[in-house]
Amino acid sequence: MSTLIETTNATPANIIVLRGRKVVGGVAEGEALVTTDRISGWGGIDPRTGTIIETRHALRGQSFAGKVLVFPGAKGSSGWSSQFHIARLAGAAPAAMLFNEMTTKIALGAVVTHAPALTDFDRNPLELIETGDWVKVDADRGIVEIIKK
Amino acid sequence: MKLTDEEQAMYAGDRGVAVQRAMDLLVRYGEALGAESLVDTNNVCGTVGATMPFLRDYSAKHGGFDAVFSEFNLDSADVIEIPKVKVYSSHLQQGLDPEHAERQNVHSDVVKIYRAGEAYTGKLGIQPLNTCAPYQVGNVPVKGEHCAWMESSAVIYINSVLGARTNAEGRESAGAAMLTGKIPYWGFHLEENRGGTHLIELDIDVRTVADWGLLGYYIGEIVQDRIPVINGLQHVPNMPKLKHFGAAAASSGGVEMYHVIGQTPEAPTLAAAFRGQRPLETIRYGAAERRLAYERVNTTGKDTQVDFVMLGCPHYSMEQIWEVCQLLEGQRLSGNTQLWIFTPKATKQMADQAGYTKIIEDAGGFLMTDTCSSVGRVMPKGTRVAAVDSAKQAHYLPAIMGVQAWFGTTAECIQAAVTGRWTGALA
Repeated sequence: MSTLIETTNATPANIIVLRGRKVVGGVAEGEALVTTDRISGWGGIDPRTGTIIETRHALRGQSFAGKVLVFPGAKGSSGWSSQFHIARLAGAAPAAMLFNEMTTKIALGAVVTHAPALTDFDRNPLELIETGDWVKVDADRGIVEIIKK
Repeated sequence: MKLTDEEQAMYAGDRGVAVQRAMDLLVRYGEALGAESLVDTNNVCGTVGATMPFLRDYSAKHGGFDAVFSEFNLDSADVIEIPKVKVYSSHLQQGLDPEHAERQNVHSDVVKIYRAGEAYTGKLGIQPLNTCAPYQVGNVPVKGEHCAWMESSAVIYINSVLGARTNAEGRESAGAAMLTGKIPYWGFHLEENRGGTHLIELDIDVRTVADWGLLGYYIGEIVQDRIPVINGLQHVPNMPKLKHFGAAAASSGGVEMYHVIGQTPEAPTLAAAFRGQRPLETIRYGAAERRLAYERVNTTGKDTQVDFVMLGCPHYSMEQIWEVCQLLEGQRLSGNTQLWIFTPKATKQMADQAGYTKIIEDAGGFLMTDTCSSVGRVMPKGTRVAAVDSAKQAHYLPAIMGVQAWFGTTAECIQAAVTGRWTGALA
């Protein structure tokens, strides 16, 4: 009964599993919000609502509050961490953050956001996760489960 | 992360709760980065101000400046009594100019908070440089000095032009560094991470401040957080040009370090700049690229009636203030346009002494300190269209304040202030 073995022991076809390195521990899940544009903190987001405000950004006008934010990394002002810090206190932080490029801005920003965060993936999350997919993040174990929409 | 005995003692709480929380944050931050250790620093630039609405509310609800420092500088929800800083610490820009509060539409209650904050930071030993450009008013790190600075335009300047070593720190890590004299030993603190990655070949002469701003804006968007190496310079730049270049590259991208061949201290030759490695990519910068940068930085400029001209991003030097004075002397601003110029307080004092402030005020403009329109969210009431000579400000001001922004030369900006119309064009 090979089909039974597949459904019990293997990952179902619509689930993709990624492995990465823990940046901030914790477990969270939510709808993915994906961008291939780097994100500015200060001057790039409205921390009270989690909305991207940068003029030429692909996600301009969209909020990451409660979403699993998937992006290449941080750019711009060193006010990055303080803006995400305020977003947390305002209840507008992402549920989790998945990113590729390590910088001091994103590291500190992730730490003070207190949301689970991962980087250094075995495969590129920007190619595997689409906006609207359901994503489960277990940062303590370094595992991301993607349920395609 | 490996901690020394001294760091272990701080981490364990032997030097008090505030230092323990600072070390806890530095360890979490260092581990997030993948850093193996901390490095000593005796030069920290950060911000601890509480004049922003969100922080004012927090301060009022949770118990004043120590509560703000605990949460926003140490990531600690518990309110801890903050001791004097351990190392040389400077304050970056603030949220308002107390001398021009009314003009900036800042309520007198907020000025009181500013003044109380000034007394608080003075008592802690944080020096009130109150500028985004500390290197213009006496904080000039030397080559190889490990620093912990915030402010992307200052970070890129001291890494690249001065050869100092800092990452772009944030409000929390700078606060923790002030109390401990420690910062993660990662990134630009390490020699092996300071080599160039992208070669930028100049096909045109880059001469003016505006040209350097355009070059920075173009390169930043392409290289993002990598290290560009500029080759083919025809004229030696000066401080304002490199200041505007770096500020632009750190805004359109995340550039924190660059080299200019034959100019900056770690780039006497191409081989030295690239540390013997081959460039990942070679990018040519000519007339077409310059035009593209000009169009991108002017994305939001539509209406030619200008309400507001804002200069001093990054904060103007004396040289730049004098340039404005020469353009402005004997003229009056248009009745529909305001001119605000931002500079460090120490520079303003010299400008007052030299009579520059009076020249600006006689024309109808104002020389302001401590803040800028983007950081303080301060503009004349009813501003719809602004004109700036900073690519960085043209990038941020429309996003933060919802206005249109024109970017051009300083002379074009002064022309707009006098006529009320934008007539700038790429020369």
